[in-house]
Amino acid sequence: MPGQTETVTVTTAAGALLLTAVLIVWRRELRAMVLLLTCQGVALAALPIIEGMQRAEAGLVSIGLVVLTLRAAVLPLVLARLVTAHSTARREGRPVIGTVASLLVTALLIVLSFAMARPIQRLADGTDAPAVGMVLAVVFIALFTMATRRRALSQAVGFLMLDNGITGIAFLLTSGVPVIVELGASLDVLFVTLVLGLLGRALQRTFGDTDTHRLRELRD
Amino acid sequence: MTTLLLVLPVAAPAAAALLAFISGRHRQAAMAACAAAVIIAACGGLLAVSQASMPDHAFGGLLRADALTATLLIIIGTVGIPATWAGIGYLAQEIAGGHSTPRRVRWYSTLVPAFLGAMALAVVSGNIGLTWAAVEATTVITAFLVGHRRGRAALEAAWKYVVICSVGIALALLGTVLLYFAAVHAGVPAEHALDIETLLHHAGSLDPAVTRTAAGLLLIGYGAKAGLIPFHSWLADAHSQAPAPVSALMSGVLLAVGAFALLRVKPVIDMAVGTGFLRGGLLVVGLATVALAALMLVGQTDYKRMLAYSSMENMGLVAIAAAVGSRLAMVALLLHVLAHGIAKTLLFLAAGQLQHAHGSTAIAAVRGVLARSRLIGVAMAIGVAAVVALPPFGLFGSVVSIARSLAEARLIWVLAALAILLVIAFAGMAERTVTMLLGNPDPDAPAIAVPRSLATALAVGVIACVALGITMGPLGGLFAGAADIVAVPG
Repeated sequence: MPGQTETVTVTTAAGALLLTAVLIVWRRELRAMVLLLTCQGVALAALPIIEGMQRAEAGLVSIGLVVLTLRAAVLPLVLARLVTAHSTARREGRPVIGTVASLLVTALLIVLSFAMARPIQRLADGTDAPAVGMVLAVVFIALFTMATRRRALSQAVGFLMLDNGITGIAFLLTSGVPVIVELGASLDVLFVTLVLGLLGRALQRTFGDTDTHRLRELRD
Repeated sequence: MTTLLLVLPVAAPAAAALLAFISGRHRQAAMAACAAAVIIAACGGLLAVSQASMPDHAFGGLLRADALTATLLIIIGTVGIPATWAGIGYLAQEIAGGHSTPRRVRWYSTLVPAFLGAMALAVVSGNIGLTWAAVEATTVITAFLVGHRRGRAALEAAWKYVVICSVGIALALLGTVLLYFAAVHAGVPAEHALDIETLLHHAGSLDPAVTRTAAGLLLIGYGAKAGLIPFHSWLADAHSQAPAPVSALMSGVLLAVGAFALLRVKPVIDMAVGTGFLRGGLLVVGLATVALAALMLVGQTDYKRMLAYSSMENMGLVAIAAAVGSRLAMVALLLHVLAHGIAKTLLFLAAGQLQHAHGSTAIAAVRGVLARSRLIGVAMAIGVAAVVALPPFGLFGSVVSIARSLAEARLIWVLAALAILLVIAFAGMAERTVTMLLGNPDPDAPAIAVPRSLATALAVGVIACVALGITMGPLGGLFAGAADIVAVPG
């Protein structure tokens, strides 16, 4: 059973994950989105580091440090290179759904995820603590972002946010899945991001833009 | 011995990939890839022969050998052999036509065997976390194969493919994490909580609410990789833009590997939350997929997209068979996957040559194929007859068995809806194929070139297709063994 202070710090980190997700929905500058994603990476890495320090487990802390390097440094850097490749478009273009409507949908998604998280949280520690619900909300918000943003980069940010949320849930529930799976998952995310980066640049060279709504060659 | 048979299917393609990357000579690389496919099939065959000692494990449960593993290895190898061999001719044509650079040829030759290796790893894995990582690896590896031809359409297809499949597979990871969490909570030691064997033992004590959420996520997630609704939209784009041999591999086996990942965990979920939950989900998803594919087939104007939607139709059928879950349905499912894989390989390879000749994938551009190239025409005719489940091909047998199992399970309304949809799909595909094959050829229609490697691959495929229609042979016993592993008891 986690101690009181630990619960508070874990909840704070989970809250930071959710807050950055909401801010990503709000902001449209691509650079700001990458910066927020970096902050989210720090909040995510805090989860295993806090738990590792409380339990005095060096293994968890070092996993946290790997997560920190990957999600708060390497992946945002890969994305940032894509932003500098943008000569014309540094902003997300005309939105599919307006900002206010997006934030309303986000609020609905948060309510939904709290409802969905209840049986999971109960099984985890027998409480109604909000942490799992908060991080599950990040997953839904990420899906929503990917569905409604037009730029290739925004979709990549959405994907990384989705992955942050899933990793966050793994840390909250189980102190992370076994190391081999966590490593495999991290490597996969790294590769997907690199692939998205390369494809994104190829798209820009070919289409002169990374507005994915211009991807209209293929349809029935 | 089992350890060797489980490691070789991954090690051989990995070695072929390394060789291709170092040498960069596409002929040797394609032969090495083909040899790797032969090894995968052979390992599957040998595992099938030693079925008595199954299930067997290696590396403390990380790898697992049972009848289902053997079946999937045989399917991957059987589709892989013609698809990799045809790669020789495909690349030679690309190089001769000035469509490819040495760098792209090298990547193609490296990524194709790597793709085979990742799929083999997914099926020999006994750990659902490792299976997940391998399935995700197939996405990363095939991204550049889909975009191989460059150009707007190919890049667009590659982008959509990576984004949609990565999201799908991320949801499957969340499902895997939740299942792990439920297992740890049920008292399973953490280091074995992802092993399928351990999960099966403790399935009864998993928390039902958490397992249901996990099951829903796994269904949607791996469903994306299997081409099922709602994350299906990458399929037609990717299949139509990828090089022909890659389309054959994606349609023939990648979809099957996605379905396999779901089948692996299905018994655990069925035991934890009852059989009704996944059955309902699979029925809805399967029927919706068949319905969408049938509608798309009717109005189709592009022959590669037509083949892609036919793959969706068949994967929908696989989902419905999995929903029924009886032993008969599962044997039919496995036969369906193998027969579909072989027939679709024939079709995509033939379609690749038509595209090369005409520079277009429009159905309207192609007439009188049978008169212009006997081999391509015959391969297409047999392939289409097989995938629309005409007798005497394997898919006829599997579809009839799936229909019978639906009737036995008293799912008459599903059977009725399915029958109507299959007739619609049949009409759509048959009409288009007949005009392509038999219509009067344009007097100045381009000649259809058939490289020797492709002719060999097509001949092998035709023989396999016909043979599987006549008899399952020794595969019958293997399929029955594999069906017992995943079938709903009782």
